[in-house]
This record gives sequence, C-alpha cells and structure tokens, in this order.
Amino acid sequence: MPNTLSIVIIEKECARAQLIVEALSAEASYHVQVISDFTGLRESIAACNPDVVLIDLTNPSRDILEELTMASSPLERPVAMFVDQSETMLTQQAVDAGVSAYVVNGLQPDRIRPVLDAAIARFHLFHRLRAELDATKRALEERKVIDRAKAILIRSRNMTEDDAYALLRKTAMDKGRRIADVAEALITAASMLR
Amino acid sequence: MSYTELRAGFIPLVDAAPLIVAKELGFAEEEGLTLTLRRAPSWSTLRDMLVLGQIEAAHMLAPLPVAMGLGLGGMARRIDVLAVTSTNGNVIGVSTAVAHALRDAHAPLEFGNALTAGRALIGLGRPLRIGVPFPFSMHAELLHYWLAALGMPATQSLDIRTVPPPLMAAAIAAHEIDAFCVGEPWGSIAVDTGVGELLLPTSAIRSSAPEKVLAVRQGWADAEPRLAGRLMRAVWRACRWLGNASNRITTAEILRQPAYLGVSAEIIDRALSGRLVTRSDGLEQDVPGFMDFFGPGATFPWKSQAAWIGGQLAARTGTDRAMAISAARDVFRTDLYRRHLRDTGAEFPLADDKIEGAVAAPTAVPAITGTMILSPDRFFDGRIFGPSAEI
Repeated sequence: MPNTLSIVIIEKECARAQLIVEALSAEASYHVQVISDFTGLRESIAACNPDVVLIDLTNPSRDILEELTMASSPLERPVAMFVDQSETMLTQQAVDAGVSAYVVNGLQPDRIRPVLDAAIARFHLFHRLRAELDATKRALEERKVIDRAKAILIRSRNMTEDDAYALLRKTAMDKGRRIADVAEALITAASMLR
Repeated sequence: MSYTELRAGFIPLVDAAPLIVAKELGFAEEEGLTLTLRRAPSWSTLRDMLVLGQIEAAHMLAPLPVAMGLGLGGMARRIDVLAVTSTNGNVIGVSTAVAHALRDAHAPLEFGNALTAGRALIGLGRPLRIGVPFPFSMHAELLHYWLAALGMPATQSLDIRTVPPPLMAAAIAAHEIDAFCVGEPWGSIAVDTGVGELLLPTSAIRSSAPEKVLAVRQGWADAEPRLAGRLMRAVWRACRWLGNASNRITTAEILRQPAYLGVSAEIIDRALSGRLVTRSDGLEQDVPGFMDFFGPGATFPWKSQAAWIGGQLAARTGTDRAMAISAARDVFRTDLYRRHLRDTGAEFPLADDKIEGAVAAPTAVPAITGTMILSPDRFFDGRIFGPSAEI
C-alpha cells in the first residue's frame, strides 16, 4: 500500500475545482487540497507540502510554479513539470485539455498517471459543460433581442408578430447575416431615430 | 501565390510588436505566410505550446531558451533562438511606502541613476522582495547583477520572486513585494493605479540588453529551412519598420486592440516614445533608447550575449560554468540568421561574438560589407565580458 499522495489543485473556479476533487477523492490514497486564492501562492503551496500540483494552463500564476523548479525555492523540494520523455503523449493530452502537473522529483510516473488522467477527463468535461452553458446563454440573449426587434416592427409598421419575424428572417437571408444581427441593427437604428 | 499557415505565440506586452506588426502590416503575407497569432497567459504555457507543437514560433524572454539549454526549468526540452527582436524596455519600480522611505533617508532621488538608486535601496537596510515576471528573464538577471555589483548580500536580504505581470500592481498594493522589475505596459499601469513609483529603466543597468527573441523548437528551423527563412525575414522587416520613429502612433493603435494588449494607446506610447510617467502625480521622464526594435547588430543573436546569460545563470544555480556557456552559445543560431537574412539588406558582423558591455560610444566593427556601427552597450559599473569567459 503506497503512502497517501498529497495533491494540490490551484483553481479559482469553484465548479472546476469541485469536479476534480470529486474525481480524485474517490481514491482513498489521495489527499486533495484546493487553493483558490492566489495571493501568497508560494507560501500556500509550501504549507500544503504537496507531491503533485495541478494547475490550469490559462492561469497566469502558473509562472510562479516555475520558480519552484529551482532548488533554492522555499519548498526546498525540487519539482518538475510532468514531462517524462516516455510520457509525451500524456503531457500533450494534458496541455490540450488545459491542465499542467508539477510533481516532486522522485515520484514514480505510474503514481502520477492516474491523477493526470482523472484531471484531463474532468477538464474536458468542464470545457464541454461551459460551452453548453455559453451556447444556452447566447441563445436566450438572442431571443430577447429578436423579441425587441419584433416589437419595434409591430409598433411602427402595424405588423403581426408572425409577419415581423418573417421580415427579419427574409432580411437576414437577403443580406447573408444572422437574424440576431439584423435584429440588433434594427434596435440600434430605431434608438437613433427616436 | 499559395500561403502557408504558421502559428506563433506571444505574451501581451509592448515588445510583442514584431510578430504582431509582421502579421498586421503584411510582412508575413509578403513572404507567403499566413501568420496566426495566439496569445498566451504565461511564459511557461507559451514555452509548452512551442515545445509540444501547438505553435511553430514564439516571442520569448532571451534568458528562457538559454535556461532550457542548461536543463533548467520545468520543461526538459531545447529551443533555438533565431533573432533578437527587442532591446531593453523594462522598468524598476518601488511601492509608494518604499519611495517615501527613500525620500526620507536621502536627498531627492534622481530617476534613472542605477548607482544612487541601488545604494539608496540597499541603504534602507531592510530585506527587499522584488517581483519579476519569470525566474529566467532579463529582469531577474539585471536585478541580480545590479544589486550584487553594489554589494547586496544576495541570499539573506534579497528575495526575487515571480509575479505574473498583470498581477504586479496588485502584489505591490497587497504588500507582497516591495519593488518590481517588469516590462511595459505593466510598470506604467502600477504608476497609474497609484500603488508604485518608477525608479529606473533597466537600460540604466545595462544600456543594450537583449530582451526578447524569436524562438522555435530545436530542429524545426533545420527541418523547415524555407519556412524558417520566410518567418525570419518577415519578423526582421517588422523590426526595421518598428525602428522608424514615425511609425510609433500606428504601432500603438495596432497593439491597443483587445486581441493584442487591450490597453490604451497612450500607455503603449509611453514605452514606444521613451516618455515615462514615473509617479502618479504625472511626473514625466525622457528615456532615450528605452525600448528598441532595430539598430545595427541589434537583431543579430550574438553568441556572446547567450554566453553572458549562461554565465550568470550558472553562477546563480551552481551549474558548471564552462559547460553552461558552451550550451548557451549553441542556443543562439547565428548560422541561421546569416543564411536566411542574406538578401534582406541586413548587416552581418564578421564575428559571432562581441565583448559584452564594451561599447562606450557608437563603434565600427568589421562586417561582411565593410563595417557596421554598434550602438553603445555598457553596464552601469563598467564591467566587460569576453566571448566565452569573464575578462
């Protein structure tokens, strides 16, 4: 039975941190901590004394971890990014997913692999969830704009709602633009003519 | 003409201009390249994108490829430097509290004097925490050089720590650091937010320090010589265009776009013009040569520059000096520069090395076509460094 692996996740977004924690906590031999406040990051990491640090690649604070790769760090346990020559594919997958792992030198690659696999899967899942959420928000936003444009047409040209929508759609098709864009333009123009 | 797509990465800084201008003003297109630019959130991520093949080229801190050549840092791979794309351009600033302490203890501080500013800082007699963007950067090298030359005991009282540039002003405000050395626009932003004051441009420590370079994966330029040549020529022409002062306003307008820097053109112009606002009350200082993109020998990746960086890194990390210098020299590819820029009108020195820090006034050196004039390059303490070892 290997010793408990101490994992630190540096992540501002609660939802994503939670996803990774859930995935890793299922494993009894992992001790998982989350740092979401980046002030004094070096000290916070040193206090956790981790074996593995997982960090989002879009986080500018990632450069602070580079400092820990030099032996004179306060951690005084040299760390390296996980790029074993034999594990290039895994590193590539991690970078594609947007996560990076720093491990304390001497940790066996077979112990980090399942951690990274889980993190990669969760990062992908998170991206997908966020993309869906964004798409839904955008659709809602566009519907509101189209409704306002319809209201303008109904008022100013005495149209029925169906005719107003048909006119927006026809104009969009003729101009090769999206209905939401045409609606947006109409609202802007109407506000200037008011 | 068919275009080849080439992906290049940058960090949102004023000195990312050569890649951005190469794309926006058509220098890349002229070479048959469609340059796709990707903005990176941090230097380590930009390096990983380059090494792992998500991009073919990157704008990079000159010491970073050298450090990788020495096996330092999180990614155990090599990258090649094809050209130097900018000289100088960083500022050293202090928190408002330290600025007050300096003023209480000393006569009025003279902006831009490395000797008096350094002595005044050391004279405060307290430990100094200084933020830099990355452990392997000209910022870190020049700070170490400057304070060590003035006799600051490095390990006990000097704590040079990494702070991402966009967070530098916040780190000063939160008292996490007492001072910073950072590239523009971030020093000016610290001034504008009222948390710090500028003390020195780094050109006061060394008048011509190679700052950013054009970097590619090791071996890529050898495997794709035609592509590499097209990229190098496009970037070199962009540097030449940037070297023309009358293009300053256009440059600021291009860089301010949200896809690039996303800050006001006025702030960008401070770096380009060398007119820095050093205090939040609006005090202005003129710094000739604050940030340069072009000049005779300025874009040439001198092996002696790499050797200087390698020697400094070796001393700091306890690496074998001779080995470090030899590895560093291999990273700066003067051979590719000479081969690919042959027909551009670029000037080539006869030698791959110069004496670092030895040019007091514009000096003629032998070049392939007669002579070329090197810009002044002095360390503030007058030391000089030979091609492979300290003189």
